[in-house]
Amino acid sequence: MSTLTNETKRDEKPTEEVGRVTIRFAGDSGDGIQLSGNQFSLATAFAGNDLGTFPDYPAEIRAPIGSPRGVSSFQISFSEYPIHTAGDEPDVLVVMNPAALRVHLRDLNRGGIIIANADNFTETYLKKAGYSNNPLEDGSLKAFRVIRIPVNQLNSKALENSPLPKKEKDRSRNFLILGVVYWLYDRPLEPSIEWIEQTFAKTPDVLEANRTALKAGYNYAETTELFTRHYTVRKATLPPGEYRNVTGTDALVLGLIAASYLSDTTLFYASYPITPASEILHSLASHKKDFGVRTFQAEDEIAAICAAIGASYAGDIGMTGTSGPGMALKSEGIGLAVMVELPLVVINVQRAGPSTGMPTKSEQSDLLQACVGRNGDCPVAVLAPASTGACFDVAIEAVRLATKFMTPVIILTDGFLANSSEPWRLPDIERLPDIRIERPTSPDGFWPYLRNERTLARPWAVPGIPGLEHRIGGLEKEDVTGDVSYDPRNHEKMVNLRDEKIRRIALEYPPTVIFGEPAGKLLVVGWGSTYGAIMSAVENVRAKGRKVSYVHLHHIWPLPTDLGEVLGRFEKVLVPELNMGQLRMLLRGEYGYPVVGFNKVQGCPFKVSEIQRRIEEFV
Amino acid sequence: MAQTEPQTEAPEPKMTRQDYASDQEVRWCPGCGDYSILAQVQRVLADLRIPRENLVFVSGIGCSSRFPYYMNTYGFHTIHGRALPIATGVKCANTKLSVWVATGDGDALSIGGNHMLHTLRRNMDIKIILFNNRIYGLTKGQTSPTSEMGKVTRSTPMGSIEQPILPVSFAIASEATFVARTIDTEPAHMKEVIRRAALHRGAAFVEVFQNCVIFNDGAFRKQSDKETKADSLVFLEHGKPIVYGRNRDKGFRLNGYRLEGVTLGNGISESDLLVHDEGCDTTLLAFILSRTVRLGLPTPIGIFRACEKPTYDAMLEAQVEEANRQEKKVLLKKLIHSGQVWTVGGNGDKS
Repeated sequence: MSTLTNETKRDEKPTEEVGRVTIRFAGDSGDGIQLSGNQFSLATAFAGNDLGTFPDYPAEIRAPIGSPRGVSSFQISFSEYPIHTAGDEPDVLVVMNPAALRVHLRDLNRGGIIIANADNFTETYLKKAGYSNNPLEDGSLKAFRVIRIPVNQLNSKALENSPLPKKEKDRSRNFLILGVVYWLYDRPLEPSIEWIEQTFAKTPDVLEANRTALKAGYNYAETTELFTRHYTVRKATLPPGEYRNVTGTDALVLGLIAASYLSDTTLFYASYPITPASEILHSLASHKKDFGVRTFQAEDEIAAICAAIGASYAGDIGMTGTSGPGMALKSEGIGLAVMVELPLVVINVQRAGPSTGMPTKSEQSDLLQACVGRNGDCPVAVLAPASTGACFDVAIEAVRLATKFMTPVIILTDGFLANSSEPWRLPDIERLPDIRIERPTSPDGFWPYLRNERTLARPWAVPGIPGLEHRIGGLEKEDVTGDVSYDPRNHEKMVNLRDEKIRRIALEYPPTVIFGEPAGKLLVVGWGSTYGAIMSAVENVRAKGRKVSYVHLHHIWPLPTDLGEVLGRFEKVLVPELNMGQLRMLLRGEYGYPVVGFNKVQGCPFKVSEIQRRIEEFV
Repeated sequence: MAQTEPQTEAPEPKMTRQDYASDQEVRWCPGCGDYSILAQVQRVLADLRIPRENLVFVSGIGCSSRFPYYMNTYGFHTIHGRALPIATGVKCANTKLSVWVATGDGDALSIGGNHMLHTLRRNMDIKIILFNNRIYGLTKGQTSPTSEMGKVTRSTPMGSIEQPILPVSFAIASEATFVARTIDTEPAHMKEVIRRAALHRGAAFVEVFQNCVIFNDGAFRKQSDKETKADSLVFLEHGKPIVYGRNRDKGFRLNGYRLEGVTLGNGISESDLLVHDEGCDTTLLAFILSRTVRLGLPTPIGIFRACEKPTYDAMLEAQVEEANRQEKKVLLKKLIHSGQVWTVGGNGDKS
């Protein structure tokens, strides 16, 4: 918990100012934990703090009630200064049942606050969680401040006049405990009340119950003797503009739709349901009517990528999204798109592997699969957004590169990035990059594989245009004509052309940005969603006066043209990543430097402290 | 997106088969049944005067999948088994195109079997010509999903121990809205079946018995040989009793749910015979007719089932239709600003 700065009187109870707070909500997956977390994020955004979130949920839709493996959690960190992560260990743990306490207690900071729904600490639930005694009463939690709240009773009482059946009323319990936490951290009720009013407009009784429960929790905290004070976090200084909270999936979908607008080309998205990528399909499908997004739920992963390729051939921007195992199935399709040189965007929301692995847990272990995981020499562009907001920009960049260079582009996000949220400064549409697509319209000088001299892209000739009838396919092509060719020298030439075309994408990048000194003892190189944790660690180390620099890669393939030179300016290069060292292997292979790895494969993001300790071993 | 409207007026001068032939040398084995299919498809397209630029031929892998190279239209030779999903993407992106798939028994029913089921049930407006030679030809002679039980091939030296799939049964069970069968040795019949498929709106499935002279010669000898075909082939005609035989004195009769081959006379007249009905109320009838080989009866060719139902592509078009009329820039701004938005002022304060 952060430093106490001053105390002021508010209502009857004093308010204590803190700089940064990290809260974790935990309970059964049916307890509405994710909803509570999202509402708290919304209220926090409106309170003007910077924030980061980390939703973590079990694979089972409804695991046995009260069991440790059914526990879902949501962590939020908020502060008066800019932050990049959802925090390492929470200061506050809100638990709806004993199982939630059992699973998450080990992470709670010593001296932290436990807010527990005491009504659920019954013999049955304690037993299900593996407790023989009630930890709220047996003194085992002495190191923490325990606040017991009879949520079930308070909720029943608050809703005694509601016409809803008991089971329905019980579903408002998460709002009641949320109200308590809102009071404790001085959050505004209005955004959540507005949300409740919008969301439950068609079921007035449910609307009323949720609103009543939220207010009842808030009032209970204010009047009861349980709390002697509450806390407030000052507004953070964010760049001016309009903001909203977005998850990585939200931002990605907005970016894809924006790219479709910017390129004046229809977006065709084909996908097969898979965790954690399905949300992209759901979200895009809801924009059929307004943006004309054509979505197609295919019969399998292979059909999904093939339909996307077919759509690209016919002039749409074909896209598909999946996660690791689905990516494996799409390999041959990506190879076809490389051979026929059509634009294609493939989104891989990475999850812990191999095989089915841990579908709801995050990892970065598909980097090499994306870069090299196909038969033949088969290069594609690979991009990786660093934050939820960056998913918007990367989506636009992917469409721009795919259409400009006539190539598949793979976007590597991950489960953490897809589901976590942060305040996002809304972009000005007028300032988004222009995506200009040129298509041949006349047969004069048309050859299917006659390349643009600068980009080496072939023309995107779309069916429907008289005189441009031509045949393409997965067999090797003769240079220029595109006819089938088994000529050995032609094959070598074409392999080289495909490779060179992708390498020329790097000429589009801005110079590599180095955070910190441009040369020195240690350079940290990161990619993807670990940006927040690595940046925080680097900042912390630098705040101690030690020298460490940081480069975050947004383009994984091709690598930036100046990267080798940048790496060479440092004595050591450290690559933290959530895999066994895949970027490290790529950098070693490409540049031959002795790159050192810091690797974690536990299905969860890095903690800032872990990276910090590793950096400090070097400096 | 640049598109041209399909031409409704016939282009002048009259189109011929040659107008649809590409400059590529056709490289199937001499005597291959594929030549006949190529010729009939080109003739049908010329007769119907479908503009070349609106035609897309998609194929997977196999001998039949070379088909697009020989057509002077848009063409896409894709990967093994995946012609249908690629054709699906093409059709969904531009519903004005006439999309065709050339595929084989291995491509369509083994590696691509799943796609066949789903393309047919969606009633995607794609014309599918299945070249069935009951063998893997391009890979030099392995058993295929339509090879008969006991078939000795290079991969089944002791004889195949697999029950073969009946492609027409599969298509009917998948609720294809157009299901037909023809044979490479009956060009006039094939042309008429392909013409009907071309005119069908929705998924059209045409199985063509096609002889592979190298690896499975004579697979359809009974149905093609002048001596035997009269008693082995049955020409289905909508609304007419099902009659066959050199003297047209035999026919199919339904005995309960069982199909029987009967000889006319001895108290059996044409009025006792089954009357063929392409309509979709009689899926069961079409299914029974698709299984004559299992009963040791002659092989029906013709149209088993044909009916109009809404197509996936047309329904998709209807769902996105509204969007094209709206102002996208305004909508995008609105979308980006949706949800709960707050403003941070120049001093970093929320206002």
